[in-house]
Amino acid sequence: MTDHSPTPPAGPAAHLLVAHDVYKSFGPTTALCGASFAIDAGEVVAIMGPSGSGKSTLLHCLAGILRPDRGQTWFAGQRTDELRDGARTELRRRAFGFVFQFGQLVPELSAEENVALPLLLNGSKPAAALQAAREWLQRLGLEGMGQRRSGELSGGQAQRVALGRGLITKPRVLFADEPTGSLDSLTGEHVMQLLTDSARAEGTAVVLVTHEPRVAGYADREVMVRDGRVSSTDLELATP
Amino acid sequence: MSVPFALLGLLEREPSYGYELKQEYDSHLGRGRPVQFGQVYQTLGRLARDGKVSVGVAEPGAGPNRKRYSITSLGVGEFERWLATPVAPEPHLQTELFMKVVLAILVGRSAQKYLDLQRSAHLKRIRELTAGKRSASLIDRLLADHALFRVEADLRWIDLTEARLDTLAQELHR
Repeated sequence: MTDHSPTPPAGPAAHLLVAHDVYKSFGPTTALCGASFAIDAGEVVAIMGPSGSGKSTLLHCLAGILRPDRGQTWFAGQRTDELRDGARTELRRRAFGFVFQFGQLVPELSAEENVALPLLLNGSKPAAALQAAREWLQRLGLEGMGQRRSGELSGGQAQRVALGRGLITKPRVLFADEPTGSLDSLTGEHVMQLLTDSARAEGTAVVLVTHEPRVAGYADREVMVRDGRVSSTDLELATP
Repeated sequence: MSVPFALLGLLEREPSYGYELKQEYDSHLGRGRPVQFGQVYQTLGRLARDGKVSVGVAEPGAGPNRKRYSITSLGVGEFERWLATPVAPEPHLQTELFMKVVLAILVGRSAQKYLDLQRSAHLKRIRELTAGKRSASLIDRLLADHALFRVEADLRWIDLTEARLDTLAQELHR
């Protein structure tokens, strides 16, 4: 089996984002035990695996939301597992974008304000942030819906708003955890097409966690997480 | 057809007689579609001609078919190649996927490795079909969707089988 795992110290600098030999447990439950993963700039990689295999935990470690118990995570040539909490939060705000399955929009804010939120948090001027948000809404086929609140949007529309919010800072990496999990097939397909098209246009790498082959079909390649470890499925196929 | 490979696999486990091979095939692989004696002996004859099995001397007093067959190194190579080759992800191939998994377990090879290869081939096909849909007409998209759902069904079967490999091995070795 070909393994995409990098080998520090030479490896990490060669990739945009790396997990090397990462362990993570929650109480008595081991989620990751020696997981390694690497993604290059602009790549779209699907992380697949059965429920409970550790794929979301791997995403959270890569994104600096969780700190590994053991092992290293790297972003753009820098160790991120050793950063203090504040520095990791800052990294997430500046370099990463997120799209999750459920409940990500702030219900009190309009669609436009939701999309603009990361820029506002990063200190952009409100007028410029809202203008950028309107451009993203248009790009995602949501023109005229900027003033709606999340309760007034369909599932697919809300997910497109979340996508706009995930990409508005032009992140280096977009983390998407089951981004179509709550949508029907056709709507999910539309969201995946927009997600991958927009990310590719921006040069944003995408770490896509999914258990659905049809969603993984939008990625450049996929890896499998099994019992807390990663194996590439990009095997060399035997010729007949 | 998979019968020659099935016979090679069963012979890789241990040398055997034509009659025993038919019994083994029917109980583990035939699933209600038994293989005919004629087909077994015909296939064994071809495999012997091609040097993939060797035929022992007929046992005295036994009937004309009382010959013991053994696999040759050429035959082992042939079986290994078959097992390591994912089936082209097209509809209606469940029989061959099933055969490969059961034979791998029966002869003590890695069914997991085979399933990994097969999953990889299927996911590659899903990527190709997905990419092809981008610029396709609605008709072509509908056709691609049909193929996608079929390939996805195989993948679900692969996942489910993988989750049950240990139990399956216990059952087959009982």
